[in-house]
Amino acid sequence: MSPWLVLAGLGAFHGLNPAMGWLFAVALGLHRESRRVVWLSLLPIALGHAASVAVVVAAVVALGTIIDHEALQRLAGLLLLGWAASHAVFGHRHRVRVGMQTGLAGLGAWSFLMATSHGAGLMLVPVIIPLCLAATPARELTAAGSLPVSLAAIALHMAAMLAVTATIAAIVYEWLGLAFLRRGWINLDTLWIIVLAATGLNLVR
Amino acid sequence: MVSWRPDPSFYPSPRLAAKAPAERLAYVASFDPERRKPDAIAVVDVDPASSSYAQIVGQVEMPNTGDELHHFGWNACSSCLCPNAPHPHMERRYLVVPGLRSSRLHIIDTRPDPRKPTIARVIEPEEIAEKARYSRLHTIHCGPEGIYVNALGNAEGKEPGGIFLLDPVSFDVLGQWEMDRGPQKLAYDFWWHLGHDTMVTSEWGTPDTFENGLVPEVLLSSKYGRRLHFWDLHTRKHQQEIDFGEEHQLVFELRPAHDPRKAYGFVGCVISLKDLSASIWTWYREGTKWAVRKVIEIPAEPADPDLLPPVLKGFKAVAPLVTDIDLSMDDRYLYVSCWGTGDMIQYDVSDPFKPVETGRVRIGGIVSRASHPAAKNGHLNGGPQMVEISRDGKRVYFTNSLYGAIDPQFYPDGIDGWMVKLDVGEEGGIRFDDRFFVDWPKGHRPHQVRLEGGDCSSDSYCYP
Repeated sequence: MSPWLVLAGLGAFHGLNPAMGWLFAVALGLHRESRRVVWLSLLPIALGHAASVAVVVAAVVALGTIIDHEALQRLAGLLLLGWAASHAVFGHRHRVRVGMQTGLAGLGAWSFLMATSHGAGLMLVPVIIPLCLAATPARELTAAGSLPVSLAAIALHMAAMLAVTATIAAIVYEWLGLAFLRRGWINLDTLWIIVLAATGLNLVR
Repeated sequence: MVSWRPDPSFYPSPRLAAKAPAERLAYVASFDPERRKPDAIAVVDVDPASSSYAQIVGQVEMPNTGDELHHFGWNACSSCLCPNAPHPHMERRYLVVPGLRSSRLHIIDTRPDPRKPTIARVIEPEEIAEKARYSRLHTIHCGPEGIYVNALGNAEGKEPGGIFLLDPVSFDVLGQWEMDRGPQKLAYDFWWHLGHDTMVTSEWGTPDTFENGLVPEVLLSSKYGRRLHFWDLHTRKHQQEIDFGEEHQLVFELRPAHDPRKAYGFVGCVISLKDLSASIWTWYREGTKWAVRKVIEIPAEPADPDLLPPVLKGFKAVAPLVTDIDLSMDDRYLYVSCWGTGDMIQYDVSDPFKPVETGRVRIGGIVSRASHPAAKNGHLNGGPQMVEISRDGKRVYFTNSLYGAIDPQFYPDGIDGWMVKLDVGEEGGIRFDDRFFVDWPKGHRPHQVRLEGGDCSSDSYCYP
């Protein structure tokens, strides 16, 4: 499958997860009785998510310019497995810093923290690294070679995430209503752990 | 075990929670004031269609004696659906049951058979003192960062009291909640406005001023609690203190509006030093600050001193003693327990600043000793105390004991425990369910009631 398609698919998967933001946008809209707030909230949520992914990708590429490619893959794989394990053990239990009175900046920070703690960026590493390698003739990781292609990758991922987040937020806010949460909120946390672990395993084997 | 759907007892909003099915079981804290037999959580059948309706159908005894079970709560509730810290696939399964006197914390499993709860874990007071530096555990709420437990004293049994956190899965003690407590020293109740990122706490006194009963000198010099404290729920910092003034003593139960958009709530003040009246206050947002206003005053009733306990004889009056209040899920009706006079009063608080009385029943009471249609001796003692409302607002349950050491100060000839139920009319009004009178087993007294699946003081909501 095209790596670009995978990036978009992962964006959709992230956008689907209520813990990544669409639910917060809906809640703020209901709380402030404003459709505008729902739409406005989506922006910092998408940007916070993209920023988190960008930080992880930059760190991995920087590391990749120092250590060799095989070691980098294995390291990323182990990190993903560790993330999956810590999620399985500690789950969602962490300090809550952003509440219902938050402004847009707080929402962006919240989205950044949620994406980071969920390992959203790590999940993209196995797709982005080969893209960066393919971008240079010598198939090496270089900062200059990786920059345009990683930016494109992150932009695509964010666009897909934003599209799905916006669609679900709009559907739930306008038509489905809150009762939907009682039936429709399937356990994406567990699914998420499985994806993290599978991605990690794929890298270390 | 992994669950794929949210716990069916979690509701995003109070509006949806009010449509929940009727409860079939109630869990009731039951304690031995003599501290000889173990306390217990009793299971009461509240299903009118059941053959054991209004009977105790099960119980779980505590492993020690002298805990004084008082208030308790669930490990998880509707706040698990909040968007900023979602954990919707938790189970509402465990009751978190502290001993107010022993400071011991019991985790009680209500599965697989909700009529036969079992003890899953006991956290000893030493562990809580070491990790959270608190003792005299009082109120439990499930919330954004796990299970919140408040304590009336520090590890040495002195001030300050405060709140600590318990991990909602492992039940490990995580430590003190407060980052900056400002001037707060005393503790009693706490709850929050999830929609306004605000924690509210109230005040009673230090353990040495209540564990052997109320101390008249402390009361008359206005040294018991009389303040509300407002905190940032997420930075955990004290923001504002409101002093009710010297006249008002014992600021107790906090009932914020369930609708997360509304920034107001109700608190009961047990007694006024001026005229023994009790009062209900509304706290509300005024600009960037919180403010309070007295909205209900319940006067003392003149009485023959011969019928009064020593503590009230000189006043020739029965104090109403509002010791508990509860707000219906739709924020429309406030129920007020007058433990002294024996009244349970229902107010329409649709306008939180202009409550209108819509119903009143009398049972027990220091002087009145009013009866119940199903009571055998026709001469009940104790009075309306811990009150709980079903999620649909149609049923109200309450019990009659306040606190082991204080009961005999106001009811010197002892308290025989009972639990009763009210039916609520469509447009307000309350009356006793003639079939529901639980004559509490001798040697134990009932305190807080928790309803299966949640009730009006167990859950908080992030969505309107």
